[in-house]
Amino acid sequence: MTLILMSSLLSMKMQTFKARALVPILTAMFLAATFSCAASAQLNNPYTEDESGQAVLYESFSERPKHMDPAVAYSSNEYAFISQIYEPPFQYHYLKRPYQVVPLTAVRMPEVIYLNPKGEKLEQGANDRDIGFTDYIIDIQSGIRYQPHPALAKNPQGNYEYHRLSAAQIEAATSLNDFNATGSRELTAEDYVYQIKRLAHPKIQSPIAEIMKNYIVGFDDFSKQVKDKPKTAIRDLAIEGATALSPYQYRIRIKGKYPQFIYWLAMPFFSPMPWEADVFYDQPGLADKNITLDWFPIGTGPYLLAENNPNRRMILLKNPLFHVETYPSEGEPDDRQKGLLADAGKQLPFIDKVVFMLEKETIPYWTKFLQGYYDASGIASDSFDQAIQFTGSGGVALTPSLLEKGIQLQTSVTTTSFYMGFNMLDATVGGATEQARKLRQAISIAVDYEEFISIFMNGRGVAAQGVLPPGTYGVDDKSGFNPYVYDSLNDKASAPAHAPYLHPVGKAQRKKIDAARQLMTEAGYAGGIDPKTKEALILYFDTTATSVDDRPRMNWYRKQFEKLGIKLVIRATDYNRFQEKMRTGNAQLFFWGWNADYPDPENFFFLLYGPNSKVQYGGENAANYHNPEFDRLFEQMRNMDNGEQRYRIIQQMQEIVRRDAPWIFGFHPKNFSLFHGWYKNLKPNLMANNQLKYTRIDTADRAEKRRQWNQPVFWPLVLGGAVFVLMLIPAVNAYRRRGRETVQ
Amino acid sequence: MTQYIIRRLLYSLPLLMGVNILTFVLFFVVNSPDDMARMQLGQKHVTEQAIANWKQQHGYDVPLLWNDSAQGGGKITDTVFYQKSVGLFLFRFGVSDSGRNIGADIKERAWPSLAVALPTLMIGLLVNICFALMMVLFRNSYISKDGVYAAGQSGAGAALEHAGIVLCVILMSISSLFYIIGGQFVIGKVLRLVPISGYDDGMAAVKFLILPVLIGVFSGIGSGTRWYRTLFLEEVGKDYVRTARAKGLSETQTLFRHVLPNAMIPILTGVVVVLPLLFMGSLIMESFFSIPGLGSYTIDAINSQDFAIVRAMVFLGSVLYVIGLLLTDISYTLVDPRVRLS
Repeated sequence: MTLILMSSLLSMKMQTFKARALVPILTAMFLAATFSCAASAQLNNPYTEDESGQAVLYESFSERPKHMDPAVAYSSNEYAFISQIYEPPFQYHYLKRPYQVVPLTAVRMPEVIYLNPKGEKLEQGANDRDIGFTDYIIDIQSGIRYQPHPALAKNPQGNYEYHRLSAAQIEAATSLNDFNATGSRELTAEDYVYQIKRLAHPKIQSPIAEIMKNYIVGFDDFSKQVKDKPKTAIRDLAIEGATALSPYQYRIRIKGKYPQFIYWLAMPFFSPMPWEADVFYDQPGLADKNITLDWFPIGTGPYLLAENNPNRRMILLKNPLFHVETYPSEGEPDDRQKGLLADAGKQLPFIDKVVFMLEKETIPYWTKFLQGYYDASGIASDSFDQAIQFTGSGGVALTPSLLEKGIQLQTSVTTTSFYMGFNMLDATVGGATEQARKLRQAISIAVDYEEFISIFMNGRGVAAQGVLPPGTYGVDDKSGFNPYVYDSLNDKASAPAHAPYLHPVGKAQRKKIDAARQLMTEAGYAGGIDPKTKEALILYFDTTATSVDDRPRMNWYRKQFEKLGIKLVIRATDYNRFQEKMRTGNAQLFFWGWNADYPDPENFFFLLYGPNSKVQYGGENAANYHNPEFDRLFEQMRNMDNGEQRYRIIQQMQEIVRRDAPWIFGFHPKNFSLFHGWYKNLKPNLMANNQLKYTRIDTADRAEKRRQWNQPVFWPLVLGGAVFVLMLIPAVNAYRRRGRETVQ
Repeated sequence: MTQYIIRRLLYSLPLLMGVNILTFVLFFVVNSPDDMARMQLGQKHVTEQAIANWKQQHGYDVPLLWNDSAQGGGKITDTVFYQKSVGLFLFRFGVSDSGRNIGADIKERAWPSLAVALPTLMIGLLVNICFALMMVLFRNSYISKDGVYAAGQSGAGAALEHAGIVLCVILMSISSLFYIIGGQFVIGKVLRLVPISGYDDGMAAVKFLILPVLIGVFSGIGSGTRWYRTLFLEEVGKDYVRTARAKGLSETQTLFRHVLPNAMIPILTGVVVVLPLLFMGSLIMESFFSIPGLGSYTIDAINSQDFAIVRAMVFLGSVLYVIGLLLTDISYTLVDPRVRLS
């Protein structure tokens, strides 16, 4: 702009037409000379750091993580970071399916010892009713060290350097990096015990504290004991249910039998925490500088957090003290063919540095991915058509433009269930009567979630056939469809043999709407008419969908109910009021979802377990469903080890809830992720969050592609400037001509 | 002058108190402390005990405005309102409900906001004034010597002036979002001249600021130019301008030496009042260009029901606005000797 203004001012000074004609030419030459210098560089490169031969991975995040303390963090955007830094004793195998828990810092899987209520050891295979306690004896590897950290720094006298900071030191510090000295020490079993004590401390506010009270022995008592004590006081206090037996062995004692506890041990909640961390961070004044454990982690994992600016970027660097861990050498049968075992046995991690950039808007995010500045990307709905096309057989494929760039598509059905729930306490849709059950079944048929997925999700979802999402133990791939909503077409051949959970429905087809209407008649609502009012049955749908963008979806729901002659009234409200309605049982129909904590049916069936009823007990059973038979089977199933009997019970439970229909089983979203060709060792793992250490990138290929794709284009800029100047010249001439005219 | 400033500052105290009370009441009409706890604790496994614990840890376990169970002054001081508001007047913003120090966050995020907003304002001002002056300059080219419209005599100037006005109206009518998306598409994606979004510290920030500043300036040209043109035209018709022309000054001399300084008073008023608020950033601009500024700080806090941040930002916004208005009044005295504050 300044150049243009300069050129226009310059043109005013020109005395001859010939000189004025030279202006655009000179401007164009000036611009061309300026920009030609930069022609070979990538001017749009958003990264300024020198990669200097390092393998740097570039990712993005859209929402700043709230917590980095493993005792508090519980959302996926937080796990994306802390799972690379903290190491619980166990982890999910990267390649094997179904998901399998394997040792991480542990030497082997835990020794599980059953005890009777008196604390006496029971034999393996003891009756569940005799089990009073279960001990998990965990052996950890020796020689594992924490990342270099100021909390562990010691002076030459052997004292901790920063455990007694002066006011001046605290005043001078603006970030953790201002503490220059760092130290490390070996991981011990006591650190795992210390973390369990932290989970119990009310000041830490762990989201799983209330659950663990039900399982870990002495957890609640410990919590009460330390209620008014500082965080650092817990080190010297014992908790009954967690004890270090030696520097490399500890025991967790839980109440009764709870086989799913092993999954909790693979979550960051049970990562080790050195007591020094709390002593360091709890010094007064540091929290005022945002220097807290909740913001600057200290772990043993493959990466350490080198920069934490969640409003701009987060940087992970390879932990120089990371212990020996190698890429898995076993996987699914076709993993070798796919090249997923090419790095078998190699030392992890492969990436030296991971840069996470904050990208709130999808347009710049997508553009940067196409320019090669992000190595991976999701697909927003506004770029879906640009990325994906549907093949003739109903499958999905990348568009030619993306294929040309060598981009890879990865799809996976998430272990998440979305559902439309009926409040079972409601007089119309709730209850165990045959009339209400048929009404619910009719609505379940009418609400066509295949259509919903097609219209509102670009086909990125799988219609749910029951409570359990694909990938969970107990999902039956042979007769996995809901017979109360679907008709079998007697063809189950479409499901791939190696991954049956990808197509749980097989060839089943939603029942015709006439079947639903027949159920309505049997329920006493022929033609959708409520016999009490002699008018159309009115149902109320409570939702938090209040924005204008939600209207098409709400209209769609209305139309689904209109198929049965039911008038659906949408009661949109904010999330607070919605929660209140759910707590007090004032909703009739509602929409909700659940994301798996672990791939076990217990983690989904408990959403319908009677004693978890939201209204009565404040639990997670939002439908307030209560079926004594289902509850009995749940109590039997939840403590069982996987096996034929458990599998059978799971099928029985599925059948009960399909028949009772307390939910309209909605859908399981399907993740579509894109990766550039230089991104290696790609395999979706919906349970593990620590995949970064397995990732490898071909940096040379990336650099070459980036260079090809990002050559700057200058000529439109020069042309635009020249046109502007040309437009200005006649105006200047006119002005000058008028100025030269004499007064008459 | 000093007395005036002190009086104005004292006036602002009840104003700020009122803003604080209003923010408090509006926030807690919509969100109860229980709702806030649920939002902070997440959606899974949230029990009543966990909520009570959160409230106790964050100081929301006392009544909101009046504590009947307390004695004496405690009826007022043992309340959420008192405990959360007093520090504000000393600019101690405290800790957000998610555990971050608000003052430190504001300090860190204000500079990137300023890095975008200040150049946008200054360059925008310069460009708008230049364009407005050019339009006023060329406007005369199609007014004939006796003041009658005579387009035929100087068609090029008339065409440019007309084109300028039409262009201004078009530019004003387009949403700023379009400029952002269009600018990113053309300059960042098609021409690949600058990064499409991002930020860095120090001088490295320059290449990230080019596009947002350019778009910020461009999107303001329509309204800015037309506004300044109106101001200049009002001045151009005054007697002293006619006198200047009668003395034989050229049109450019008249405009730059006489019209511009006199038109600066309303321009200055508009600019000075927004100067303090530049720290607060722009929501859309910062969001699209990934500028780590304060633009989204308040809206994010409202979404996550973080009352501590909301009250701090509303208070800060009010203070800055009061300062802006005071600075405007003071600046009047500097540019117009006739104005005296008393």
